[in-house]
Amino acid sequence: MNTITTDNPISSEQTSILACLASILIPASDKYDIPGADDETIMSDIISAAREHAESFKTGLDAFDAYAQSEFDTDFVSLDHDDRMAIVEHFQDNAPHFIHALVSVTVSVYYQDTRVMKSLGLEARPPFPEGYELPQGDWSMLDPVKERGEIWRKAD
Amino acid sequence: MANEPVDVLIIGAGASGAAMAWSLADTRMHILCMEQGDWMNPSEYPSTGMDWESRFSSEFSISPNERKRETDYPINEKDSAIGVANFNGVGGGTILYAGHFPRFHPSDFRAKSLDDVGDDWPINYEQLEPFYNVNDRMMGVSGLSGDPAYPAKQTVMPPLPMGYSGEIMGRAFNKLGWHWWPSDVAIATTDYDGRARCINLGACSSGCAQGAKASTDVTYWPHAIRAGVELKTRCRVREITVNDDGMASGVIYYDENGDEQFQPAEVVVMACNGIGTPRILLNSTSTSFPDGLANSSGLVGKNLMFHPYANIQGVLPEETDGYRGPTLSLWSKEFYETDASRGFVRGFTLEMHRGNRVVRTALNGVMSGRIPWGEGHHDAYRRLHNHILGMSAICEDLPEEHNRVTLDPDLTDSNGIPAPKIDYTLSENSQRMLDFAVERGTELLETCGASEILVQSPIPFGGWHLLGTARMGSDPSRSVVNEWGRSHDVKNLFIIDGSIFVTSAGVNPTQTIQSLALYIADQMKQRLANLFD
Ligand SMILES: Cc1cc2nc3c(=O)[nH]c(=O)nc-3n(C[C@H](O)[C@H](O)[C@H](O)COP(=O)(O)OP(=O)(O)OC[C@H]3O[C@@H](n4cnc5c(N)ncnc54)[C@H](O)[C@@H]3O)c2cc1C
Repeated sequence: MNTITTDNPISSEQTSILACLASILIPASDKYDIPGADDETIMSDIISAAREHAESFKTGLDAFDAYAQSEFDTDFVSLDHDDRMAIVEHFQDNAPHFIHALVSVTVSVYYQDTRVMKSLGLEARPPFPEGYELPQGDWSMLDPVKERGEIWRKAD
Repeated sequence: MANEPVDVLIIGAGASGAAMAWSLADTRMHILCMEQGDWMNPSEYPSTGMDWESRFSSEFSISPNERKRETDYPINEKDSAIGVANFNGVGGGTILYAGHFPRFHPSDFRAKSLDDVGDDWPINYEQLEPFYNVNDRMMGVSGLSGDPAYPAKQTVMPPLPMGYSGEIMGRAFNKLGWHWWPSDVAIATTDYDGRARCINLGACSSGCAQGAKASTDVTYWPHAIRAGVELKTRCRVREITVNDDGMASGVIYYDENGDEQFQPAEVVVMACNGIGTPRILLNSTSTSFPDGLANSSGLVGKNLMFHPYANIQGVLPEETDGYRGPTLSLWSKEFYETDASRGFVRGFTLEMHRGNRVVRTALNGVMSGRIPWGEGHHDAYRRLHNHILGMSAICEDLPEEHNRVTLDPDLTDSNGIPAPKIDYTLSENSQRMLDFAVERGTELLETCGASEILVQSPIPFGGWHLLGTARMGSDPSRSVVNEWGRSHDVKNLFIIDGSIFVTSAGVNPTQTIQSLALYIADQMKQRLANLFD
């Protein structure tokens, strides 16, 4: 059973547009040896995360296709990179709420992916229970502040 | 079955309700607290899972309108320049708060006499000081004694680690000759009162899974309950009822099944915060109180203060603490006291931020255009990741009657109780203070070596301090409660939350909210024999 299809809150056309947008936003990188946001695992998490805003995603993604049809006479995924980017820029100006939701869901899932975290030198684990270490620092740095003396204003 | 009458009924189990309940417990009265939300389960807090950052914008969002838990109520904020942040549950706002825990300064109680703005408080720093000390112990405050911006005070535990970010900031402050000091924080840096020490999870504002952060569900409440206080969750109060003598007789509330109930009480204490409290008072109308309870002054809901905030960040060549550690750990009071040459009165605290979380860095970067779509995304992200340092300026908000909470004529919560509506604009004084703070913040970050400066002013979602909507004072025509929290109009009704603030100061309020609650509890205990005279 294909869980992505059966569980998918958006249609397969909408899924293709979403994958296309995810890869335009965050493409794979050979330099850092990391996948793009259209990687299969990441996409499946993006789709689950989009479930919470399913209606606005459906409307938003359909609008990309409708605009591609009206401007270029074809669907969004068939366009070349420059034309796709022109459409993204159009929606950045005209549908900022949808773009915010799209970016928010995509980067949230992408930067919580184990491979991406490792490539940033992060341990791929939640903060709890191990936590993190920070240097205690040297509070003698406060000496000049102490030397200056009291700065509070007397009131009564 | 009818509920048995109680001696004291506290509504709201947040910061102030918890402190009051604990303090009154030694009277051996029958004390009941009703809270609309649930107990939290720290093992379910976001920092226990890989997707922790995503959950900041869903069920742990700071905005009740976005969070939409069953236990939340909606707030109409379309006419407010700043959106409300809160949490509804045992612990109230302290579940999500950052735990930055400054006291007021002595001058904060005297804005009218010193600067001819706002009003003076009917109490002063010295009267509150013993209660600040008790609250420090009960919440477990960490910090460093000797801050020259305050009268002498002791802290309970050592300060949070300075970290890489603190060292960079400290060097810059010293270069400029500005005041800085480790913040007082309600975060345990050693094991304390059954709580484990902070391990720098960096997720304070979505609940502390470690229990190091002092939310009142892990500080006051366990002590209060052991001392005999009863706490009932999922009870949403709709209104306070009054008897023929004009005294509060109890409350009508909805239980967990949505059924309407009545709880009789000898004394009613409101602790629902600066929005929840005026909402219930305004909804408690009767023939004796047609404009809402305790409202003969007409001031219930008015003078709402939020604290306008500016957020100023810079990109540094060297590494900062990034996502690690409690965000707020240093403060500067350099611009706290009034200096007329700056073009505004009163002042602000700079709260230093260690850095940004991983996802937050990406989201802010893309939305601000600093991280491009496509080619260049990864290089740009890496330039920002763990290289951001910043601060927020928390500016004193002055009381203005047109900034207010009213009842929305249409919007309601799931029990049909009218939702609050907020009308709030920034004053010219606030705007000038914000602009000045942004200039100073920029100067500091440039001294740190920052190449790019990112500014958000005011922070549009930053209404996390809810103050002033049922102010205290000695004149019944200019205030809602008296010098010790009792309603001028209804002698067995007390208000103890942020509503009673006269002015807001330029600091986070919770230390003062709780110390005031302890002060009021103490005043009540001293007058038990003639509390209603
Ligand atoms: C994200 C965030 C960060 C913050 N950071 C800081 C910080 O660093 N430092 C600081 O000092 N402050 C901070 N605050 C503010 C702090 O949380 C509040 O000042 C404090 O919790 C207010 O205390 P209170 O007692 O007035 O009300 P609350 O703590 O808000 O408690 C009110 C309680 O009343 C309950 N209630 C309301 N209406 C009803 C009703 N009708 N029936 C039953 N129950 C009801 C609510 O569910 C809630 O639990 C922050 C807040 C947020 C949201």
